[in-house]
Amino acid sequence: MNGLSIQGLSMRFELPNGGHVQALQDVSIDLKQGELLSVLGPSGCGKTTLLNIVAGFLAQTDGKLVLNGHEITGPDAERGMVFQAGALFEWMSVRDNVSFGPRMAGKKKADYMGNVDHLLDVVGLQDFKEKMVYELSGGMQQRVALARCLANDPDVILMDEPLGALDALTREKMQSLVLKLWKETGKTIILITHSVEEALLLGERLIVMAPRPGRIHKEYNLPFAELGVDADLREVKKHPDFGAKRDEILNMIWDMEEEIMGRTGEDA
Amino acid sequence: MAGSVNLVCTRERLGEVVSELRAVTIPDGQTLETGFTPPTGCEVASTWEVISYQFGTLFGELWTETGNVLLGAFNALPYLAGYVLLVLLFMVFWRAIKTLLTPKADYTSLKTVTFGDESAVRSETAASIISVGLIFVIWCSFTGSVLIPKFMHLPGPYTGESSFTYTVANTAGDTDEAEVFVRVFDAGEDSEPLEIDAGSGFAKNDTVDIQIYRSEIVTWDRNDEFTRRDHQAQIVAINGNEFVFDPNNRDDNGNLVDAAPSFDVGFAKVAITDRGTINVSPNPGWQMQPLYLPAPEAVWNRFIEVAKYGYQNVYLTVHLGFSLFRVIVGFMLGAAVGIPLGYAMGLSNWFRGWFDPIVEFMRPVPPLALIPLVIIWFGIGEVGKIFLLFLAALWIMAIAARSGVSGVRITKVHAAYSLGASKWQILRHVIIPNSLPEIFTGARVAMGVCWGTVVAAELVAAEEGIGKMITTASKFQSTDIILMGVIIIGVVGFGIDMLMRMAERRLVPWKGKG
Repeated sequence: MNGLSIQGLSMRFELPNGGHVQALQDVSIDLKQGELLSVLGPSGCGKTTLLNIVAGFLAQTDGKLVLNGHEITGPDAERGMVFQAGALFEWMSVRDNVSFGPRMAGKKKADYMGNVDHLLDVVGLQDFKEKMVYELSGGMQQRVALARCLANDPDVILMDEPLGALDALTREKMQSLVLKLWKETGKTIILITHSVEEALLLGERLIVMAPRPGRIHKEYNLPFAELGVDADLREVKKHPDFGAKRDEILNMIWDMEEEIMGRTGEDA
Repeated sequence: MAGSVNLVCTRERLGEVVSELRAVTIPDGQTLETGFTPPTGCEVASTWEVISYQFGTLFGELWTETGNVLLGAFNALPYLAGYVLLVLLFMVFWRAIKTLLTPKADYTSLKTVTFGDESAVRSETAASIISVGLIFVIWCSFTGSVLIPKFMHLPGPYTGESSFTYTVANTAGDTDEAEVFVRVFDAGEDSEPLEIDAGSGFAKNDTVDIQIYRSEIVTWDRNDEFTRRDHQAQIVAINGNEFVFDPNNRDDNGNLVDAAPSFDVGFAKVAITDRGTINVSPNPGWQMQPLYLPAPEAVWNRFIEVAKYGYQNVYLTVHLGFSLFRVIVGFMLGAAVGIPLGYAMGLSNWFRGWFDPIVEFMRPVPPLALIPLVIIWFGIGEVGKIFLLFLAALWIMAIAARSGVSGVRITKVHAAYSLGASKWQILRHVIIPNSLPEIFTGARVAMGVCWGTVVAAELVAAEEGIGKMITTASKFQSTDIILMGVIIIGVVGFGIDMLMRMAERRLVPWKGKG
């Protein structure tokens, strides 16, 4: 069976003072090959924990993760990750950053260099291949991070708020780029974001998570990602359903935040 | 010390009763309980007395020292204020010139807020040049250097010929005036006795030759008809200024009844001594004696001389070469052990736990404090000094490497893992390059400490080396060589730091840009 299956995933952190935090409780998601899932939720709902478990950086306390028929036990090149910022290697040039994965796998230079150059062209960095990464702007650095992830040809791409640190205009351009890359490469993508609009635009499927304990609150299947592949994202936002969905999800998250605030208020 | 005991002893000193604490050894065959009797005036001190006496003495002494320090600082205040005034004066002067010459409009000059804006504060090259130049000029002017025109010199010591008069009275009450001709000559000159006319009356004229910065006693009655011993002749006036002073008028303890007078006769200070002779101290001026501060050209000439012919049969290149050799070998060994140690401490709980107490204990111990131990262990050969520098560099490098490893962002490690890198690949391609900037910072600090330590170690014990040269020179009071050595130490230390910075810019250009 091709695809990623998350079955009854639970994560519980023991605190030094004897208490514990239930970061995730009984989360189950089935992703088919090539699906784009965006995950949304108020802070503290376990989004990043979920992603870290899928990436293999954390071991779950309960549940099972199966990718393409085998269980996930640790980090692996089959699951690439794009971080919010600061994950590039600043002692390497742009090209060396992008070719990091193939180099570590011990591939021959002739075998990967063509693909690396092609990916840099795709993300629009053809003129910056020899530059050091600290000479690039924030948006360009995230494009390097995307290209680096793709150069390794992973089955699943995990994105942890990859556009969160970018300004509004750069962010919009990068959203188009993500959609384009998704369609071209056919990768399975899990994207975590704080932005409701981004989640709606990029997510073929969308999960809204609720906190305490972290769990799936609501699931949507959305048409906007398909639309956005060919059309201008600003046009997609004018779709009548888009506004309605956005308001609905915003209200949902707003209520959850209210509830958290209210609850802490009572505690005090 | 089991065989010792603290005693409180009371005794009289200068009419006052004082009590003192001192430790004495209990004689063999006695113990505190049996057979031991304290000497007269002493009692065995209680614990409380021991503690209170120690702290009392300590605080008393510290109080006096604090007073001395504050007094010194207070005396230095006017000079400090004068220097600051000079700095401000030059600033105003320079700004005025600059505004007149270049109405420049760069970005900084357009800023209206510069106070508190760190980016608007840059090192003003002109100020640096003037500052260094001024130190040099002050140095020249205090030493009467030939490098600057004469009018910039501070008044030097008096040289030349001059005279003053003294009036002698004999027991009969007759007085006569005579003159003392003084010639003050420079250290290098030959002194020939002055040809003088003895003059009239019972007091005859005298002559005295004095080297600069020295003083001489004039036995004025040597050639007179009435002498001090045989005729109780006395001086009653200098340059016509009368005074009452009888060196024979003493109390029961032999102390003088009158205070011995002294006069300023313009070119010198003239004082009557306890024995009734005249002490002439020519004006020393404001300049420093070469013994305290030699002129720049003297230092330069010494530098050329020592560079060409060596000092005490050791050439300057050998002195400097040995010092640099010790620093470089010591630093290299320290880095070779310290960096892997730091990595191990940054990567393994066990190594961190094992070496943390050792490193944290040894780090605050200044290497200089280990010199005596190192000399006892290794003698004064190269091994000891290199071991000392090795220790000086070791802890600094270990701590730098440890914090370099600990400073790696976990996202970078995660990214490398999810790109398929193995542990060794992560160490090689992520952790080591990421720690290099910290290691370079550590290396700069370590080199500075090593350079300071090598000089200090050579001061204590060495056959050759720049510090050894200074110690030897100090024993012969060759201040010019000491000063030359200090300048060389400063220049080399600065040069080492500049080289390290250059290497840093070339080798870790991503420093501070992560």
